[in-house]
Amino acid sequence: MRELWNLFSCFFKIGAFTFGSGYAMISLIEREVVDKHCWFEREDFLNHFTLAQSAPGPFSLNAAAFVGFRVKGYWGALVSVLGLVIPSFVIILLIAMYLTDIRDNETVNAAFKALRPCVVALIAVPCIRMFIKMKWPQMIVAVAALGILLVSGISPIYMLLLGALLGVALTYFRKS
Amino acid sequence: MIYWQLFLSYLKIGFFGFGGGYPMITLIHNEIVMQREWISQAQLSDIIAISQMTPGPIAINCATYVGFTVTGNIWGSLLATTACVLPPLSLMLILTIFYRKLQNNKYIQAAISWMRPMLVGMIAVAAIMFLNQETFFDWSSYAICIGSFIAVWKKVNPIWVLLISALLGILIY
Repeated sequence: MRELWNLFSCFFKIGAFTFGSGYAMISLIEREVVDKHCWFEREDFLNHFTLAQSAPGPFSLNAAAFVGFRVKGYWGALVSVLGLVIPSFVIILLIAMYLTDIRDNETVNAAFKALRPCVVALIAVPCIRMFIKMKWPQMIVAVAALGILLVSGISPIYMLLLGALLGVALTYFRKS
Repeated sequence: MIYWQLFLSYLKIGFFGFGGGYPMITLIHNEIVMQREWISQAQLSDIIAISQMTPGPIAINCATYVGFTVTGNIWGSLLATTACVLPPLSLMLILTIFYRKLQNNKYIQAAISWMRPMLVGMIAVAAIMFLNQETFFDWSSYAICIGSFIAVWKKVNPIWVLLISALLGILIY
C-alpha cells in the first residue's frame, strides 16, 4: 500500500511539474526513480527507457507504466499512470471550461495571435534537428513521406505501417 | 453517437502515437480536424500553445481539451483521455513483460528505425499545415516565428519563448 502511494505521488509530481516534451522528462524521471526511490539500477532503467521509446504514446506515460509495473505489478502501473495524468487533466479541463469565455477577450486574443507563429517554430526545430541527424536513405524516405502526406491527405497511420513494413522487409532480405 | 466516435478516434491516436508529442500533432490533425471536423486548425494551434505552457504530454492535454469541446461536459474529457491512454499503457505492459525476448529482436528494431523517417515527415507536415494566412497575417508574425526559431534552436526553454511571444502579442496587436 505504501509503495503504491509512493508511485502515485512520484508520478503526480512528475506530471504536475514537467513542461514541454518527453525528452526533457527523462532526466527528471531518472532522478526520481533511480536516485531517490532506488526502484531501478541506472542501466536497467535506461534500457527500459529505450524500449519505451519504441512503444506508441507519450514517453512519460510509457515510463510511468513500466516503472509502476516493475515495482508493484498491474496496480502499480495503473496507479503511476493515474498520478501522471491527473494533474494535466485537471489543468486542461479548467482551461477548456473557461477558455471559451475569455477567448473573446481582446488581450487573450492578441496573445494567441502571437503564439501561433511561435508554435510553428517550436514544431520546426525538433523536426530539422532529427532530419539532419539521419542518413541519406532515411532523408529521402522522410521527404517522400512529407510529400505524400501533403498531397494526398491520407492518414499518417498508413505511412507508419509502411515504414514498419519497409524495416521488416529490409531485414528479411538482408538475412536471406 | 458522439461519445463512441470520440472513444474510437482517441483509441486510434493512442495506438499509433509513435514518437511521442510532435508526430502525434499530425495524427490528431488528420483525425480530429480533417476527418471529424470537431475543432478548427486555429483551435488546434491554440491547444498546442496551451499544452506547451502547462505540464503534461501534448497528446493527453489535447484529448482532455477536445473531449470537453466536443461534448461540452467532463465525461467527454474523461472518455477521450482514457481512450488515449489505454493503447500505450497496454502495449507498454506487454513490452515490459516480454522485455527479455523483445530486447534484441532484429525485426522490431528495424521496424522502429524505419518508422523514424516517417515520423520526421509527419512533424514537417505539422509545421507546414500551420503556414497559412490565419497564422501569418503580417510581417510581425514572420518576425515572431523567426525569432522563436532562433531562440529554440539555441536551446532556450520553450516556455520562455512562448511567454515572451504572448507578451509581444499583447503589446503590438
